[in-house]
Amino acid sequence: MTKLITRRSVMAAGAAGLAGTVSTLPISMVQLAFAGTREDVRFTYISDSHIQQIKGASFVRNWDMGLKRAVAEANLIQPEVDFVMFGGDLAQLGKREELDHGAEMLSALKGKLHAVMGEHDYYLDLGEYWSKLYGPQWYSFDVKGVHFVVLNSILTTDEWTFHRWPSAEQRMQEMAGLDNPNGSPFMVGEKQRKWLADDLEKVSKDTPVVVFSHSPLQKIYKGWNFWTDDAEQVQALLAPFKSVNVIYGHVHQIQYNQIGNIAFNSVMATAWPWPYPSTYAQAESHLPVLTVPMNRADPFFERDATGWQLVDVNSGRVTARYQLWDNDQRVVGFDPAAGHPVDKSYQDPMRRKATQAHY
Amino acid sequence: MRISMTALALGLGLVAAPALADEFKGTDVQRWQAEYESVAKKGRELWTSGALGTNGVACAQCHPNAANTHPETYPKFQKQFGKVTQLWEMVNWCIKNPLQGQALAADDPKMTAILSYVAYERRGVKLEPGKH
Repeated sequence: MTKLITRRSVMAAGAAGLAGTVSTLPISMVQLAFAGTREDVRFTYISDSHIQQIKGASFVRNWDMGLKRAVAEANLIQPEVDFVMFGGDLAQLGKREELDHGAEMLSALKGKLHAVMGEHDYYLDLGEYWSKLYGPQWYSFDVKGVHFVVLNSILTTDEWTFHRWPSAEQRMQEMAGLDNPNGSPFMVGEKQRKWLADDLEKVSKDTPVVVFSHSPLQKIYKGWNFWTDDAEQVQALLAPFKSVNVIYGHVHQIQYNQIGNIAFNSVMATAWPWPYPSTYAQAESHLPVLTVPMNRADPFFERDATGWQLVDVNSGRVTARYQLWDNDQRVVGFDPAAGHPVDKSYQDPMRRKATQAHY
Repeated sequence: MRISMTALALGLGLVAAPALADEFKGTDVQRWQAEYESVAKKGRELWTSGALGTNGVACAQCHPNAANTHPETYPKFQKQFGKVTQLWEMVNWCIKNPLQGQALAADDPKMTAILSYVAYERRGVKLEPGKH
């Protein structure tokens, strides 16, 4: 029941779609039992495509292919989803050419697209061109009784943003290096937290809330900005709600966690996977103990450990179906008995694979 | 280097006790360490620069702090190469494929710099040759 979409079924769906027999698609979106009158909300989630210009009209093929593939597969989902999320870092260096090239690919998606700002989209022109394409950087919307919030979590201090670097290009380069000590910790910032407090004021505490951010709204490893500096303050605003879910990109890997009422799920990248911070021998990280790591990526398969997600919000809680291209998919969903997200196959240490033992 | 050490030993031999086989001082050790660190630093620059290949992609994009390169496990069997390989062969695989560049010679100073940096980021981890 958890294997809703396998690589094979998506491929088959592609073939069937080409033949024009959409009604015979082997994909069946299983509607999990829903107590009450609300229908569940489903959306596809694509993130971290890092479209990178080489020069002129040439772009890094590898990253292009990841995004194209995700868009093509997401369009095969039947029945159609309520909306599509893009989780940030559409571009590598925030260039207009990169954002345009990525936006062109995303424009092929069926359905309403919502986008989250990533640091790679932002630090060249401070989000100006991105905002022309995708609108406000923080806002909320409601679908079928679920309150969705989009935040720009990759802001940082005014000093770093406005006064430290001689050029916008250098500022972008400094923030683009994940492990660059000249970078700066991400934050939501006071202005946006005030907006969030006002926005949530109007929402009943029983309403399920889903927050989309680019960086984790929790602190995992500061050295790679798997981190939001004012995470605790944002969590405090979310704490009064009965069921809160945070979905974030940036980390290019599967992570999940539970802090109080807040369940956290990360999403994968379409571009490339990142090592878990625990594999860096010179620093401590705080990978949530709940998280069962992904299989170690095999570099010989270009798309290994990348992919996209199908997410449903059922009874106010998130189930993320990770569509891994060269491995079995992973399903991480909220376990009401345990009170936190679990991996539906691998949570039990006895059932893990050798390739999940990173070092 | 060898010539100057020999000259030093000869010099000592003329005035004092018989020459010792491998005599060096704290300042020598510091200099040698500094030499290594400057090469590892060059490696870090190459790792993050995007100049090794042709498409601007940098090693650090996938391997921040050279993580998941596990130099302590080489030489090891790489199933995709079908043989036991050394780390420089894997570095060249990455230069040729994700970076769309030209392979470096095993003793190219750039390769030495890259290997120096990768090992530096993994310092303190025990050797486990062959491990997967």
